[in-house]
Amino acid sequence: MKVAVVRFPGSNCDLDMVSALRTIPGLEPVLVWHEDAALGREEFGAVVLPGGFAFADRLRAGAIAANSPAMAKVKRLADRGVPVLGVCNGFQVLVESQLLPGALLRNSGLKFVCDWTHVRVENTTTPFTSGLRKGQVLDLPIAHGEGRYFLERPELERLEKDGLVAFRYCDEAGRPTSSSNPTGTLHNIAGVCNKEGNVVGLMPHPERAAEALLTPLGKADGSLVLSSLLVKRWRGGA
Amino acid sequence: MASITTNGRTFEVSVVISNKPGAKEPEGETILHDLVSKSGFAQVKSIRAGKYLRVTVTAPDPQSAKKLVEKMCNELRIFNPAAHSCEVSIGRVPT
Repeated sequence: MKVAVVRFPGSNCDLDMVSALRTIPGLEPVLVWHEDAALGREEFGAVVLPGGFAFADRLRAGAIAANSPAMAKVKRLADRGVPVLGVCNGFQVLVESQLLPGALLRNSGLKFVCDWTHVRVENTTTPFTSGLRKGQVLDLPIAHGEGRYFLERPELERLEKDGLVAFRYCDEAGRPTSSSNPTGTLHNIAGVCNKEGNVVGLMPHPERAAEALLTPLGKADGSLVLSSLLVKRWRGGA
Repeated sequence: MASITTNGRTFEVSVVISNKPGAKEPEGETILHDLVSKSGFAQVKSIRAGKYLRVTVTAPDPQSAKKLVEKMCNELRIFNPAAHSCEVSIGRVPT
């Protein structure tokens, strides 16, 4: 499966993402510059928006990229059911593009948080979680200043009710406690998906936890997120 | 505030983007708790930080200038309505 990894000016996790996807047999990552016509022309099985600081986070993280021609193309692909994953800044781009609901606000401690977190899988019906178990706890690193997920109460309750929270920060035992919430994000939300399930955004970096040798506990949990693409039992999957 | 140009008059329009009341705003809280309240300004009860854009536009009149900027803010999502409120006013802030 060809996977487009979209590079914006300021993306800086794009090559890590390509490298992580390349470790999974069956996935063929293609780095695509945001102005490259390939995004609208070639057949991609999935699209990944990597982390970084697209357009230097000017105005607001993800806000400029959201209005780029590349995102208009990603929207068309998403509407056709193509799986789209946004990681960190990619997640910010997805909420600013309205491909996902909500907003990602400045961390409540005002600090850029760079740390390993435990993340509980909440929804296994997406193309990026279908290879995981509901309630499974993953070890994934975060590195961001604006990751506090926000929605006003009625919408947040609807999001929960519809099961659109994909990942939640938790402790080692899988409990979403306040001490395991690194950024003040509402309901410990680390990632969400759209109603159709094909668009997923998360703040933690699966591509930085895709090789056991490079993780503190020797686990390659991020690889499980990316390899879910090859599991065909997600809601909208073929 | 206004000057004559070939395309009509030029106006300054202010855009203030801030978190909605339900969205915690840690920068304003820090300014209040760690600076203002500790420095003898006990009367100050709340501070909300935000983002300020001073926009210069040409338009036939001030109301049209304001409408144009409101349209721009909504269409280009200069603010994220999920979390922000956006106040547009004619002239510089404070006026």
